[in-house]
Amino acid sequence: MQELKNRLIQLISDGTVARVIGWKKGDMPYNPEPACFSTVEELEDFVYDGFCGANLSKMMIEVANLEGKTAVCLKPCDTYSFNQLIREHRVNRENAYIIGVGCRGKLDIEKARKAGIKGIEAIEGVGIEGEGDVTFKTIYGDKAMAYSELLLDRCHVCKGKDHMVYDEVIGESKDTADSDRFDDVKKIEAMSSAEKFAYFQNELSKCIRCNACRNVCPACSCRKCVFDNTKFDSQQRANVDSFEEKMFHIIRAFHVAGRCTDCGECSRVCPQGIPLHLFNRKFIKDIDDFYGEFQAGKDPEAQSPLTDFTFEDLEPKQAVGRGEN
Amino acid sequence: MCECGKSQDMLIPQVGIITGITQETPDVKTFRVNAPGGGKLFEHMPGQCAMVCVPGVSEGMFSITSSPTNKEYMEFSIKKCGILTEQLHSLQVGDQITVRGPYGNNFPVETEFKGKNLLFIAGGIGLAPLRSVINYCIDNRENYGRIDVLYGSRSADDLVKLKEIQEVWQNVPNMNVYLTIDREQEGWDGHVGFVPAYLKEIGFTTDCIGITCGPPIMIKFVLQGLKELGFTDEQIYTTLELRMKCGIGKCGRCNIGSKYVCKDGPVFRFDEIDELPNEY
Amino acid sequence: MYTISKDNLNSLYAKIASSYDLFMPIKKAGQTNYGFWNEDAEADIETLKTVKSGKDAFFPQVETLYNVNKTIIPADVAASDDAEKAADTPIKTKLEVVPGKFVDQDFVIFGMKPCDVRGIEVMDNVFLKDFVDNYYKSRREHGIVVSLACHAPEESCFCTVFGIDPADPSKSVADVATWIVDDKLVWKPLTEKGEALTAVVKDLLTDDSAVDSKVDAEITSITEISKKLPYANLSLEDWGAGKTDEKFNDETWSKIYQGCLGCGTCTFVCPTCQCYDIKDYTTKNGIQRYRCWDSCMYSDFTLMAGGQNRPTQLQRFRQRFMHKLVYYPTNNDGMYMCVGCGRCVEKCPQSKNVVKVIKAFENKK
Repeated sequence: MQELKNRLIQLISDGTVARVIGWKKGDMPYNPEPACFSTVEELEDFVYDGFCGANLSKMMIEVANLEGKTAVCLKPCDTYSFNQLIREHRVNRENAYIIGVGCRGKLDIEKARKAGIKGIEAIEGVGIEGEGDVTFKTIYGDKAMAYSELLLDRCHVCKGKDHMVYDEVIGESKDTADSDRFDDVKKIEAMSSAEKFAYFQNELSKCIRCNACRNVCPACSCRKCVFDNTKFDSQQRANVDSFEEKMFHIIRAFHVAGRCTDCGECSRVCPQGIPLHLFNRKFIKDIDDFYGEFQAGKDPEAQSPLTDFTFEDLEPKQAVGRGEN
Repeated sequence: MCECGKSQDMLIPQVGIITGITQETPDVKTFRVNAPGGGKLFEHMPGQCAMVCVPGVSEGMFSITSSPTNKEYMEFSIKKCGILTEQLHSLQVGDQITVRGPYGNNFPVETEFKGKNLLFIAGGIGLAPLRSVINYCIDNRENYGRIDVLYGSRSADDLVKLKEIQEVWQNVPNMNVYLTIDREQEGWDGHVGFVPAYLKEIGFTTDCIGITCGPPIMIKFVLQGLKELGFTDEQIYTTLELRMKCGIGKCGRCNIGSKYVCKDGPVFRFDEIDELPNEY
Repeated sequence: MYTISKDNLNSLYAKIASSYDLFMPIKKAGQTNYGFWNEDAEADIETLKTVKSGKDAFFPQVETLYNVNKTIIPADVAASDDAEKAADTPIKTKLEVVPGKFVDQDFVIFGMKPCDVRGIEVMDNVFLKDFVDNYYKSRREHGIVVSLACHAPEESCFCTVFGIDPADPSKSVADVATWIVDDKLVWKPLTEKGEALTAVVKDLLTDDSAVDSKVDAEITSITEISKKLPYANLSLEDWGAGKTDEKFNDETWSKIYQGCLGCGTCTFVCPTCQCYDIKDYTTKNGIQRYRCWDSCMYSDFTLMAGGQNRPTQLQRFRQRFMHKLVYYPTNNDGMYMCVGCGRCVEKCPQSKNVVKVIKAFENKK
């Protein structure tokens, strides 16, 4: 981390960049926060460790038109989002100085809580280098967990250790994938319609309509969201267990289809632990099946199959027909 | 603050019926509202507001522009500028709406204003909340000293309640009305110029209470103008307008500092506004 | 004090539910939240913090304030009236306002932690003072609160900073205080309402004076843990009533808001946030006018046709914390609009929270 921090200090000091978007040390060992640094003094609080899961690419929208370059720390998977934002003309590549930061998978404190760990005072073994277990020092005694056990779900289907776009890379990355990206989707596909409905109803009924998934999503970058339209006569602000509520997530999945890079932020931020990424991943799987493999954000020049036309495209009835079982 | 309405549920509206519509200017209409069985929906004090709702569209806080001394009906002068007001403008006599209120405090017509000279300075639709005070004072003429009204608008066509001003206000004893429009216009032989400039030009004396309402930019310069003339913050009143939903200081929208504009306002003295965080 | 074996808790829930609606922590798809208990529900009083606070018991996330029924009067009837006279104005669409229902049956909120019970007091100051909110009032009058002491407080907890005792619910405004001691739930009625509920479940309870010393030991144990928590010494010294100017204009806000997503997570999991929206929804017969939770963090919270007074996220972020730590205390004899439950500490997607705000100002000194 020190190498990264030194480099950021240098970039600010020599005027290469006007500001840095990175993570600021938290007040708990597991809660660093996304922040914007504009002086060397502020960078004192810079941190980069296993808990820096937040995808900072969306913050680059806000700084796109500011004077001077902005350095941003992007993990390999975050660079897909940044590329997609370039494709959508929401960020300014020229004004960005992208530091590809190494990643060996990011951690989910909820996994520790689920394992009964509480009263945390300190955590060891979460640096970006290193191996071995993570040790939790708690007021109820010390506990250890394997790094891999604590990984965010998305890291188990890691897209790989390569950065898709960068000006320089600092640190080593590791491909943490240990399961197939579409396993969970296939499980749901295998369910009967009634089972599927029951599964999603159970999950989505937990939704509190806080909009965290939408607001964090790099693909949800509309200046005004359709769900905030006051002319939209619906119960969009209410969390009612009716179809209206369920529509929110389905509509959102449709809106980001073909543009979603599967960064997994939606599921990471959901306070109710709803596996929202499953919707998006289903779309990705379908797009792969119907139009050939496509990864949004891999190449900022590539045309998304959903905004393209070829004579080989499948007919709508082929897509519709497959649901009849 | 008046105690009326405190016992009943302040979130439940009454049905009101539109019994008259006057096209004041190209984008302002005055709506006369009655209870379906006739009479007024409720009593109010000058400066108080009500939540007017077109069910299925939206609900908004509007100043009650008629004076409490009008015992037959209530009036709202409404400028077309958003979703709700567009709908209101499409309504016709006989259409029903819902109304709840009254909300907020009022101009201190029975206390601080009593026996004083009053100077009203309004811009555009900003006349709406002041009209209820002005008419209240006219109807209780003996309780107040000299009344001056300085009223300006973008053009002659945008002067709200012009007929009432010319036919009634200009004939009230010891009351002067000064009208101005922003730009020269054919057929207008009155004053031309912005309200704050006209204010200084006339050069009112400080032996009165200043009451101003209009677009924020106008209020800002009127305040400067009054200060230059020697007025203190304690002798200037205005109204604030923020997004409101409940009207009773709970939904949180119109909160600035420790005040809720719907409940603690809309009428504020300038020294009170000075104490609020600069967020209005 | 009374006791009941933990193994027998399901009978207790069933007994309560036979007379009342029972609102308590229920585990569903891996998350624990307050919900209505039934035999199929998975009751969960082991999880210290439900995701949402349980304030929905009194201030539900969505409720109907009233319905407006619309009846269209046929055109010929309307035309037959004399449109000239105000009093005889023809009616074209007849509106009828039908108020929503007030709660008129007692119900039980079980397992609420002392911090969340303080949250009720905070909301009381909003909904029961000045203009009374009758929807809230009816729920408060009929709700019986059974509070549960926090057996094992977590690192995000800081209720003691606000003078709340996580060890002893009998100091709260709850109706019944409970503790988990060994394999028993200890039950102590505090109010008339609590006594009435106790009478209903009495057959299941054992009068157990021997447990008193064990409760004392539990209280001591919880108190000791609380002192060791990382936020135990958080200082509120510079906050509170009358600090508006000093805090509002501070430069610190322009740094600490950065990264705030403007979502409503903190607001919706918070036991004290009570801002709401009132919206229309077109139904078959007319309009449903419902009230739902809203968040001052949302970009359209103060938006109106003529613009808005808090156009930036910095302003909205500042508003939320100024309201909790300065404005509300100014209006409520110094009581803070935060109970130290720590939910925002755990749930903010960007790891921003009220503690970091308080500390950011502290670090400046």
